[in-house]
Amino acid sequence: MELFFESLFNGVAIGSVLMVAALGLAIVFGLMGVINLAHGELIMLGAYTTYVVQLIFKLPALQSIYWAYILVAIPLAFVVSGVVGILLERTVIRRLYGNPLETLLATWGVSLILQQFVRSVPLAYASGIIFALLVGFSFPFLLPKKLLDGPSSQLFRAVGWFGSAIFGILLSGGLASQISTISRANSRNVDVTAPKWMRGGLEWMNLTFPVPRLVIIAMTILAVLAVLWFLNRSIWGMRIRAVTQNRSMSDCLGIPTDTVDVLTFGIGSGLAGVAGVAVSLLGSVGPNVGSSYIVGCFMVVVLGGVGNLFGTILASFSIGLLTDLIGAGRLLSLWPNMPSPLAATVDFFATTSMAQVMIFALIVIFLQFRPGGLFPLKGRTVEA
Amino acid sequence: MIFKASTLPRWALLLIWVLIFAAIFAAPSVLPVFRLNLLGRFLSLAIVALGIDLIWGFTGLLSLGQGIFFAIGGYAAAMYLQLTSSANEINGIPEFFGLYGVQELPGFWEPFYSPIFTLIAIWLIPALLAGLLGNLVFRNRIKGVYFSILTQASLLVFFNFFNGQQKLINGTNGLKTDVSQLFGQMVGSANMQRSFFWLTCLLVILSWFLLRWVVRGRFGNVLIAIRDDEPRLRFTGFNPTLFKTIVFAIAGGLAGIGGALYTVQSGIVSPQYMTIPFSIEMVIWVAVGGRGTLLGAILGAVFINYAKSLVSEAFPETWLFIQGGLFIVVVCALPEGVIGWLQNGGVRNLLTRLGWSKPISTYPKLQNSGIDEVQP
Repeated sequence: MELFFESLFNGVAIGSVLMVAALGLAIVFGLMGVINLAHGELIMLGAYTTYVVQLIFKLPALQSIYWAYILVAIPLAFVVSGVVGILLERTVIRRLYGNPLETLLATWGVSLILQQFVRSVPLAYASGIIFALLVGFSFPFLLPKKLLDGPSSQLFRAVGWFGSAIFGILLSGGLASQISTISRANSRNVDVTAPKWMRGGLEWMNLTFPVPRLVIIAMTILAVLAVLWFLNRSIWGMRIRAVTQNRSMSDCLGIPTDTVDVLTFGIGSGLAGVAGVAVSLLGSVGPNVGSSYIVGCFMVVVLGGVGNLFGTILASFSIGLLTDLIGAGRLLSLWPNMPSPLAATVDFFATTSMAQVMIFALIVIFLQFRPGGLFPLKGRTVEA
Repeated sequence: MIFKASTLPRWALLLIWVLIFAAIFAAPSVLPVFRLNLLGRFLSLAIVALGIDLIWGFTGLLSLGQGIFFAIGGYAAAMYLQLTSSANEINGIPEFFGLYGVQELPGFWEPFYSPIFTLIAIWLIPALLAGLLGNLVFRNRIKGVYFSILTQASLLVFFNFFNGQQKLINGTNGLKTDVSQLFGQMVGSANMQRSFFWLTCLLVILSWFLLRWVVRGRFGNVLIAIRDDEPRLRFTGFNPTLFKTIVFAIAGGLAGIGGALYTVQSGIVSPQYMTIPFSIEMVIWVAVGGRGTLLGAILGAVFINYAKSLVSEAFPETWLFIQGGLFIVVVCALPEGVIGWLQNGGVRNLLTRLGWSKPISTYPKLQNSGIDEVQP
């Protein structure tokens, strides 16, 4: 029984990392139909944000509240990845709506650039650039509308970008002078040290639950609830769903579809950043950390059924449970008297990478019977 | 997007071909051995690119998993070479087995003692595998990006499998071929490498002819119809699944041949050939050269790889930036690729836009009457 609970817990933990990572993808891919291969790199940016925030909280001035850095890192990672995602949408993806294959290739190019970017640009300067972008994007919303619509609107916009550039330069200079580890380019992996309360495990009924995993599970639940609330209850969420269902009709009814696109993409990318925080708690952070998650995320979305968040939730938990069951060889300990040829097969697949092989085979077999995933879209959809 | 059959003037096509042949014949005497070897490798990659052009450029199936078939072809060749040169080793089996305490040759290695079996296996095994995988996907009418994602996932699966099985195929270390013997000579020797170069050139030309024969005529028309409007094709009584399976198998077989040639020329085959970035890179060769143009696939593969090796030697940091930029620029600004751009009158359009050439008048009457432009 204990074994069963341990297995369940591990499965849920693996599934929840997968789920935060796949949630953003489910929004971008499922609601907008955009294949974003740079999603993994947005996860990576979130992980690096956690790393930088952690270093800032190590400074003498902030050392006393070091335990709380994770609370700052989560929203900041959301914002950083969201801003980069919005930039990506504005510059590249919006030209390619309706061409999923082209989008796939272009976003792959973006992911290569982002990977090399964190390798060859020192993190201090990278933070400065992203901060400048953030200020520059939010600047028009801070000014009174009258100024922006007036005759000298171009001038105000230019001044805004100039000011945000100065903010960025100041920030990167400050970071580079205070924290020497991020003032130089570094292509090696870095480690995020968890605060004291997050190390070790919780004992409960003879079982040990590692705290980082509990934090990740809590984070996942919060993220899912927030997304569900946003999409189903808030006004912008309803607009997003309206545009998903019928773009031209929504446009006729006065919904700003352009803004909706930006918002949807920004939220999906921001969730990738939150996933990055989770990823940074599990292992070291490097330029390639995101690309190891991207294929798994796509499998979750395809298995769950495109455009269905419940499908995503169910699919990520089933993949997580199966990974743990197969990969850790738990089937053998759950059923010790297995006939030997079966036991040999189970043993053959009892590593993480071989478990992936097995799970993929299972997914392909499953798709033979339910090509639309767990919860396919109902009704007659137009074949694209 | 509609690609017209070649609209380049005849003399221009002829000129390109003469230049290509001249380059091929001049290369062995002009280039140093190292560069010649590189060119040979890139030409074997061009065979893979031709396959991708067939399934993507003509049939509209974007496969991100060609690395599977590429590496399997390479493994088939390497297994044969390992076996022929391991007669003097302990137990008469390749040396690396000793490291993992394997005494007996695994059963699936046995057929690779035969050179004829190997020559067939190099293209047949990848083709059969591609046909099987393709059929499983196509018969459920999974297409578009879903097909791409599934091929990418299967690439990861094969990578994990080959990477993890030390006792069967030496896992992550791969199989070395350059010190093995073939016809009494070292495979890595300059002489052998030169013959492999000629063989590669021959096979590039043969596969070009094969694909030209496939894409012209009725079969090719069906492929283009699948790309442009599959539901309508189904309504007219064709079975797209069959056609897609066949072309995916052909592309898989070509990737296998390319992989085998690449392996013998680079001296090693390893699971690195099955990584996700490498397989997507293959797509960009075709995209830059021009999808839907066979010549574009060949030229794209050779030139981009040459540029990659030159840039990586000079500025190793910048290549990923350049490659990423290429993906974005080609997709956003040059969707038909360089050759496609030339074929669709790109030069003239560019000159017109720069104001160096007169626009072609669409309405001759208007021009005759002295009105240059139609005002909207």
